[in-house]
Amino acid sequence: MHEFSVCAALMQQVERVAQEHGASRVERIVLQLGPLSGVEASLLLRAWPLVASGTLAEAAELVIEPAPVKVECAQCGLVSEVPPNRLLCAGCGDYRTRLVSGDEMLLATLELSQRETRAMTQPCA
Amino acid sequence: MCDTCGCNITPGNEHLIRAGGRLARTGEGREAVTVLESLLSENDHQAAHNRQHFDRHQVLAVNLMSSPGAGKTTLLEATIEALGDEFRMAVIEGDLETENDAERIRARGVDAVQITTGSACHLDAHMVHDALHKLDLDGVDILFIENVGNLVCPASFDLGQHRNITLLSVPEGDDKPAKYPVMFRAADLVLLTKTDLLPYLTDFSPARAEHHLRALASESPLLPLSSTSGEAIDSWLAWLRTEMAAQRERVKQGGAAAQGPHQHSHHHDHPHGGHETLSGNSGT
Repeated sequence: MHEFSVCAALMQQVERVAQEHGASRVERIVLQLGPLSGVEASLLLRAWPLVASGTLAEAAELVIEPAPVKVECAQCGLVSEVPPNRLLCAGCGDYRTRLVSGDEMLLATLELSQRETRAMTQPCA
Repeated sequence: MCDTCGCNITPGNEHLIRAGGRLARTGEGREAVTVLESLLSENDHQAAHNRQHFDRHQVLAVNLMSSPGAGKTTLLEATIEALGDEFRMAVIEGDLETENDAERIRARGVDAVQITTGSACHLDAHMVHDALHKLDLDGVDILFIENVGNLVCPASFDLGQHRNITLLSVPEGDDKPAKYPVMFRAADLVLLTKTDLLPYLTDFSPARAEHHLRALASESPLLPLSSTSGEAIDSWLAWLRTEMAAQRERVKQGGAAAQGPHQHSHHHDHPHGGHETLSGNSGT
């Protein structure tokens, strides 16, 4: 249940990047979250409105892109998608693998705008 | 953010970089900024500074993680007992409430700082940094950071430690590494504790525990021991001696001793919370 701490850290980063770009509003936030990051996407989405309330990102759309768990085998070289608790090569079964994706916990992109007041937007379907 | 080494760029997100660089305009007059920064970058920066602090004082910092009740404090008591004449040790204790664990350590004549986190389920690098103000690192060889008992959250936060140790106690069951892969993947060493209970808890198979650990592509050693009976504790003490020697060697080489998950020294081109006051705060 550390998603609230993670949200608070995200908010700081979002505000800093927005400030650096002189933006007044944050429209969209894209995160990348792998199962091995230790952060649960659904909990993060639930905690976010509490943190974003009253900030320049209040109305931002928070998008979480999943990052599949993939390992590269040191023996046979195969890159395979595997379950988070079984990081063995899907080809030869060797355990000497390197994680190439799946532990991401990244702020990937932000969409910023200068609009002081938000234009009428389409309600979410 | 790590623009220099590109450590945040994975096969999953490299398309963001290739597709028109870090800045682009979208249709509606929005500016799209590619950030690719860890959500915990603020914590990671603080952790890197903590690590520099440890290195400057030639301290080996070890982060102990486990479920509540797996025997972290008892392990520390046995370790202090065994190595008290060999190394100068100090302990940072993390718990939601009480000074109980710190008092147990102090009763053995070792400095202990208790962090009570209230409702927070983990220690972070800032909490550890605050605790460092209460320790004289010049008088310390090994600093143990006993994290909040929790197999989930502590794994996500770098504290500036050199090594992560995860304890798995026999009563918990041998499939814990399969259930908590993030935690066990983070471990540089797994200690199988309370082995004196193995004759009674016959479902527990140390071989199965190791099998689940290896399934996480972990090559970290798994050492069985009992802190209360003292059984097989020598391998753990030997591991500590080796790590202490390695840390001294790294510091002597003047190098980046950092062995944490986010090791890199770099300059900050952006303002962030207060670490500028960090230098020269040792020993108050």
